Amino acid sequence: MLAATVRVTRDLDLAEECVQEAYAAALDGWPGGGVPGSPVGWLTTTARRRAVDVVRRERVLRAKLPLLVVPEEAEVAVEPGVGDGADCVPDERLRLIFMCCHPALGQEAQLALTLRLVCGLSTGEVARALLVSEPTMAARLTRAKKKIATARIPYRVPEAADLAGRLRGVLGVIHLLFTAGHAAPSGASLMRADLLDQGVHLARVLNELMPGEGEVRGLLALLLVTDARRRTRVDSQGRLLRLDQQDRSQWDHAAIAEAHELLNEEPSRGRYVLQAAIAAQYAEAPTFAETDWARILALYDELLAAWPSPVVALNRTVALAEVAGVERALLAIAELETEGRLAGYQYLPAVKADLLRRAGRDAEAAVAYREALALTSNEAEREFLSSR
Amino acid sequence: MTQYAVLIYAGDSAHREGAEAEQEVHDRHAEELRDADSMVAAFALESVASATSIRGDAVTDGPFVDAKEVIAGFYVIEAPDLDAALRIAGANPVIQQGGGVEVRPVAGGFIRPTARE
Repeated sequence: MLAATVRVTRDLDLAEECVQEAYAAALDGWPGGGVPGSPVGWLTTTARRRAVDVVRRERVLRAKLPLLVVPEEAEVAVEPGVGDGADCVPDERLRLIFMCCHPALGQEAQLALTLRLVCGLSTGEVARALLVSEPTMAARLTRAKKKIATARIPYRVPEAADLAGRLRGVLGVIHLLFTAGHAAPSGASLMRADLLDQGVHLARVLNELMPGEGEVRGLLALLLVTDARRRTRVDSQGRLLRLDQQDRSQWDHAAIAEAHELLNEEPSRGRYVLQAAIAAQYAEAPTFAETDWARILALYDELLAAWPSPVVALNRTVALAEVAGVERALLAIAELETEGRLAGYQYLPAVKADLLRRAGRDAEAAVAYREALALTSNEAEREFLSSR
Repeated sequence: MTQYAVLIYAGDSAHREGAEAEQEVHDRHAEELRDADSMVAAFALESVASATSIRGDAVTDGPFVDAKEVIAGFYVIEAPDLDAALRIAGANPVIQQGGGVEVRPVAGGFIRPTARE
C-alpha cells in the first residue's frame, strides 16, 4: 500500500501520511457502510487518491515542487478501478526494495529503511532491532529519506545493465539483517528472533517477485536451512551448543525440505546457491557422524572459486580437518594468519583453538581460546569460549 | 530533470605540465557529453600547485584540504534521476586513471550569460 502511494507522491513521509489517513477513513466509513469487497484495494486506492489530491494542491501552491509526479504515473493513479491492485502491488514492492537498498545510501540506512518501509516495522521497532536508541533511528531514517528526495534516488527496478550489481546489494542487505539476528553482535541473547523472521520473510518475498533468479533462490534456501536449527543452537540456559550436540529431531524439517527443493531446481552456482548447498549438507545428514565431509569440502572449493573470501577459506578448514586431518587444517589456518586479512576476526582463533585441542596441543589451544574470548562481545559466545 | 554537479578528484589536474595525453582524453569526454546535450556547464582547473587557500585570517599555499586527491575540475549535468546521473558521471575517464568523482545535486547556481572584456 505504501509502495503504491509513494509512487504518486515520490515523498516517503507524505506517502506514509496518506496511508494513515486512508486507515482513518476506513475506521470512519466501514462500521456504518460495510467493509468493501477488497479492503486492501480500497485502502490503497484511497491512499493514492489522497496522495494525488495533496500533490495537485501543492503544485498549485508552489510554482516549483521538487518532488513532482511523473505525469503518466499520475494518470495511472487517478484511473478508477486500480482498486484491487493485486497485480500492480508486487511490482511496486520490488521498486521499494531496490530504492531502500540503493548503493547511494549508507549500509545502516539501507537496513533501517528496508525494515521500516518494506517490512513495515515502526521506528521504535527498527531501533530495537538494530540496537540503537529511537531518536537516533528516527534521525537516521529522516536523513535517508531526505537524501532519497534531494538526490532523486529513483523508485524503480534498475535497468538490465545495472540489475545484477544492484541485486547483489539487495541480497547483501537481506543476508546482513538475518546474520545480525543469527549472531547478534553484542548483548545477552545469541539470537534476535525478529530479525531472523524478517530476513526469511524478505528473501521469500524477493523470490516470489523475481522468480528464476538463481541467487535469490539460493539466499532463501540458505536462510531457511540456517534458521531451521534456530531452536537447538542454545540450550535451556541460553548456552551455545555445537552442531554435534544439537538435537536433530528438533530441527525444522519442513524448512530443510523446502530449501532442498529450491536447490534441486537450481542449475546456477553462485555464492548463495553454494553456501546454501553447504548448509543443506550439514542439515540433511541424519547424524553428525554421517556428515558427508568430502562433499562439503568439494562445495567449499567451488565456493572459494566463485567468491574468494577469507571467511570462506576459514570455514573450509573445518571440513578439511574432517577429510585430511587436523594437522592439514592447522597448516591452512597458519596460511590464513600469515595472509592477515582476518586479523581481529574472532572466529579465526576460535576455529584454531578447537583444532589445537583436538590435536592434543592443549597449551596452545588455551592461548587461542583466550585470544578468541578477547575478540567477542556476545555473552552466549563468551560463555561458550570460557567453558572450553 | 535535476541538475547534478560532478566533482572530479585526482592526484592533480590534467592541466598540469606533461599530462597532455591525459588532458586529451578528458577533452574528448567533455565533447561527448556536450554532444549528448547532458552537460550544462564545465570547468577544468589549473594544477593544484597554483592553488591558494584562506582559512580564518591565514592565507596559505596549496589546496584547502590536505589530501591525496584534490578537485581537478567540475561540471554540471542534467539527468532525470540519480541512476541516470551516476551512469553519466561513471563514464568519466578519471575513474580509469586512479581517481574518482563525487556526484551532488545542485541547489542553485548562476553563470553570467556573456563574458565581459
